[in-house]
Amino acid sequence: MELRLEEIRHAYGQTEVLDGISLDVPSGQILCLIGPSGCGKSTLLRIAGGLERPVSGRVVQVGEPEGSSLNPLTYIFQDFALLPWRSVAGNVALVLEDHGLSRAEIAEITEDVLTRTGLIDFREAFPKSLSGGMKQRVAIARALAVKPAVWLMDEPLSALDAQTRELLMDDLVGLWTRAPFTAIYVTHNLAEAVRLGHRIAVLSRRPGRVREIVEVRTPLEARRTADPQLEAHQRRLWSLIRDEAKAADRELIGG
Amino acid sequence: MAELRGRDVPFRGGGFRPGHIRYVGIAVFVVLLLLIEAGTRAGWISNLTLPRPSDVIGTLWSLAKTGLLWEHLIPSVGRFLVGSAMGVGAGIAVGVAIGLFSLARAGLVPLVAAIFPIPKIALLPLFVIWFGIGESSKYALIALGTFTPTVVATYGAVDNVDRALIRMGQSFGLSWASIVRKIVLPGAMPGILSGLRVSLAIAIILLTAAEMIGARYGIGAYVLEAGSLYDLERLFAGVAILSIMGVIVNWLVGRAEAYLLRWRG
Repeated sequence: MELRLEEIRHAYGQTEVLDGISLDVPSGQILCLIGPSGCGKSTLLRIAGGLERPVSGRVVQVGEPEGSSLNPLTYIFQDFALLPWRSVAGNVALVLEDHGLSRAEIAEITEDVLTRTGLIDFREAFPKSLSGGMKQRVAIARALAVKPAVWLMDEPLSALDAQTRELLMDDLVGLWTRAPFTAIYVTHNLAEAVRLGHRIAVLSRRPGRVREIVEVRTPLEARRTADPQLEAHQRRLWSLIRDEAKAADRELIGG
Repeated sequence: MAELRGRDVPFRGGGFRPGHIRYVGIAVFVVLLLLIEAGTRAGWISNLTLPRPSDVIGTLWSLAKTGLLWEHLIPSVGRFLVGSAMGVGAGIAVGVAIGLFSLARAGLVPLVAAIFPIPKIALLPLFVIWFGIGESSKYALIALGTFTPTVVATYGAVDNVDRALIRMGQSFGLSWASIVRKIVLPGAMPGILSGLRVSLAIAIILLTAAEMIGARYGIGAYVLEAGSLYDLERLFAGVAILSIMGVIVNWLVGRAEAYLLRWRG
């Protein structure tokens, strides 16, 4: 399944946030969205998954999701959004309970995704006893459980420290190489964008427009930190948003 | 090399962290009672001011032995349970509705704000007219008294449920009922339970008030009768029973919190 954003415009009251954004997310590719803070990239992601209604424009699913997909458009949130009163297994089961599955089927899927994310020994643990990285792994397992057609990832690694971020990036690359998935990946971290993005859309500051789309041709699994080619891409991205970021930083919020 | 000289950096990070110390609470009670006991025996507290604690305990003991205690306590506990169950149940339902629906919020918040400050005891004669002198008017008084604080605590608690969790539920396509049952209610539970402590204490106060008017049996009736005879031992025995009820209710809510909120650790 492909996701296509067509001429998305959005505003909060008088403040224009998105100004006619059109993007294609081809099947099996990760599209990274970067841009200065407040450029509306998270808003765009909420619109893409139907959590927010744009002022105009539409989001189109091209083709049908696989029959086994329980939740075609699935989010990974920056703050993990785990229920603190449910165990790791309970948090995964939560998203399966409304689909008419039997207890045994729920247990089986939960077991499978927890094994794939290396969490099986923590299934009875509660979120408060997990590190940030483990919490985000639980959220990834929860997303895997519903077999998404498109992953909508809202700065999934931004709440984590640099080392954990590296580990989770490896995890994500591993997941993708084993079974390529389609994703929109919002980040403000350029290193993440060049590690994980097949294409990187650079948004301007508010009101957000697509300034440029950079394509990174190195295969995901071959990308290494300090790869000169990736660093060149990263420098180019920085030069694209540097001035915008500077200007955005000096704007009054809500002004 | 020159000798290192200087002052230690003074520690200034202490305090503001009340911890848990056992037995101090009981010790305060015991010391206070012993002081009163000593005072009444030595005469620097006249026995018109306060009865001797040992006499009060003796009165309680004979109340229990003659079975009179149960005759008063059982109807009181029954009224407390029925009245507060009605008030708390309706309060949680209305509170959740206010927390979830704009129309309920717009319509009911001013009404609750108007009912809350009315001293419910003042309405007792009205309830007697509406529901008669029997048990129903007592239930109604306790129910109304526990209803308003429960509503306020509940909708505040629902407002405080992390919106990110609700958005997560929506993004996974959970049904409305699932979101309420699995996300909103557990998220509001800490606030609802701390509201329960307040409303149940109010229930005990109103129970006593209701039993002072038109009840033959009940702790309130017992206290009223003792008061009108200036029988301080029995008055204090009755008051002690009410206090103990309060402590037990508080302990039970504490147990419920420990069980329902065990995920907080």
